[in-house]
Amino acid sequence: MAGTYFDFEKPLQELQEQLDKARETHEKGKVDMSELITQLEGKIEATRKEIYSHLNGWQKVQISRHPERPYSLDYIEHITSDFIELHGDRNVKDDKAIVGGFASIDGETVMIIGHQKGRNTKQRQYRNFGMPNPEGYRKALRLMKLAEKFRKPIITFIDTPGASPGLEAEERGQGEAIARNLLEMAVLKVPVICIVIGEGASGGALGIGVGDRVLMMEYTWYSVISPESCSSILWRSWDYKEKAADALKLSAEDMLGNKLIDGIIREPLGGAHNNPEAAFKAVKDEIKKHLKVLKAMEPDELVTTRVEKFGSMGVYVEG
Amino acid sequence: MEFEEEDSGDKPSWFQRVRENIVTKTKDKKSTPDGLWEKCPRCKAIVPAKDIINNCYVCTQCEYHVKIGSREYFSILFDNGKFTELDADLSSGDPLEFTDTSSYVDRIRVSQSKSGLKDALRSGTGKMNGMPVVIACMDFGFIGGSMGSVVGEKIARAIDYGRVHRMPVIVISKSGGARMMEAAFSLMQMAKTSAKLALLAKEGVPYISILTDPTTGGVTASYAMLGDFNVAEPEALIGFAGPRVIRETIGKDLPKGFQSSEFLQEHGFVDFIVKRYEMKQKIATLLAMIWDKKAK
Repeated sequence: MAGTYFDFEKPLQELQEQLDKARETHEKGKVDMSELITQLEGKIEATRKEIYSHLNGWQKVQISRHPERPYSLDYIEHITSDFIELHGDRNVKDDKAIVGGFASIDGETVMIIGHQKGRNTKQRQYRNFGMPNPEGYRKALRLMKLAEKFRKPIITFIDTPGASPGLEAEERGQGEAIARNLLEMAVLKVPVICIVIGEGASGGALGIGVGDRVLMMEYTWYSVISPESCSSILWRSWDYKEKAADALKLSAEDMLGNKLIDGIIREPLGGAHNNPEAAFKAVKDEIKKHLKVLKAMEPDELVTTRVEKFGSMGVYVEG
Repeated sequence: MEFEEEDSGDKPSWFQRVRENIVTKTKDKKSTPDGLWEKCPRCKAIVPAKDIINNCYVCTQCEYHVKIGSREYFSILFDNGKFTELDADLSSGDPLEFTDTSSYVDRIRVSQSKSGLKDALRSGTGKMNGMPVVIACMDFGFIGGSMGSVVGEKIARAIDYGRVHRMPVIVISKSGGARMMEAAFSLMQMAKTSAKLALLAKEGVPYISILTDPTTGGVTASYAMLGDFNVAEPEALIGFAGPRVIRETIGKDLPKGFQSSEFLQEHGFVDFIVKRYEMKQKIATLLAMIWDKKAK
């Protein structure tokens, strides 16, 4: 059971506290609380269902950032075997905000690449909060080219608050690094599946996000800017993040409705952190399902279809 | 427009007479209509507008590159300023029905009537020193030169036009980045334009990216940085993250010249810096050296 509750989960937290108390009393053996416990468990389930049936954009953003949410390495550990991590961009250094390497999914070799966040303060710093520098994108591209060379499909996990904004990032060409990935990914001759598992913030996300299938997990977000930054720029205040989240239409449902992604991966009730095993299974099933289709396509057909898909995105009036 | 070379030495300042008895022969006198003076935003010199225009909108006193739009760039780069505009009738939709302090639809309407433009980019085809080329140029005056669906689509089509007709493609960037009011639609224009450039590259057709002040955000992280040749005007601001964001992140002032054209050239991301009045000649020379339409 997750230990961190959001504001909108307050009723859940209260029920959980009651349940914990009841269990404690019951275990001490003084009073038989089993009836109350069953009752509370049912109530928790019903309340969670009720809360999660009508989440707004900002609430989904919060869930996507839940500190116990599975990260790329968690998915890699649980849905693949024989993961061999490959480091470095062969140029500057190894960026810890992006991990990648070959792994096996039920006997099939794939290249897996993902943003990586940290779980505690030390790890967060080590991973630079999942914000890659140019060398991270260049490492990702190097690994994708390797996969292409050996004709292995590519899976990317997207989970970043954005590409790192800093002196060194600019010196080493953050813009160029992302741009190069967009160009190269568009014409990779192997299947590419991209899955937003948490935060999909702007160019930092798209930099490993050009695929034949772009999928979002149910409680994630993907847009051109974070709701907070959008609020600060358009409303000139940090207080309009909820409004901004709605205006940006950044949820998986909206993104699918606007045909900017190809599918949604349903999460267990209460979010992936609430039942990681179920989340791992859902992701693995989706990967296998799409790989089967994509592997049957000729390399040139993959490229043409991919370029056409991104080429058709946009809404404008002609005439 | 051809640049008229000027003698830059021994130029009198506007407020100080350095030589006695200046006499201008009648034939050298430039007739300037009344009221057509420009104040340089940088050196504050008051210069006849005609001189600035003849100098490709570069201050004749301090070489400041005045911010200009597609109309001016087309007049500078296309032979005799002649070109055929492409996709002139594309304008913005409002896919997200976006509203912040005012509605996106209103912002578009106001920007259109203020600027006389349909969106933040125009594209056209014409000749540059006799060579057929496609040029797409951003207009900063239209919602900060932001890139939404219209900008992305027009660039994509300009690139396709160059690929199909085997004409070099030149894109002049001047933008604050992706347009927030089209959110993820704007974001995906980065992927779209970059994908189109990959196809252009496969056909061996040259692509030149000209970076002007300012070029930031999603534009830098897509077509602006993907030129076979990345060319910058002097002292332009070019970067991915904006200076304010970086300053807030690192909590320090930025070093002088950070994210300038010169900084980018020094760090290896710009091939060369060219003054605007030398731009046409230099790019035409470069293209003439490398481009043979029939070769494949």
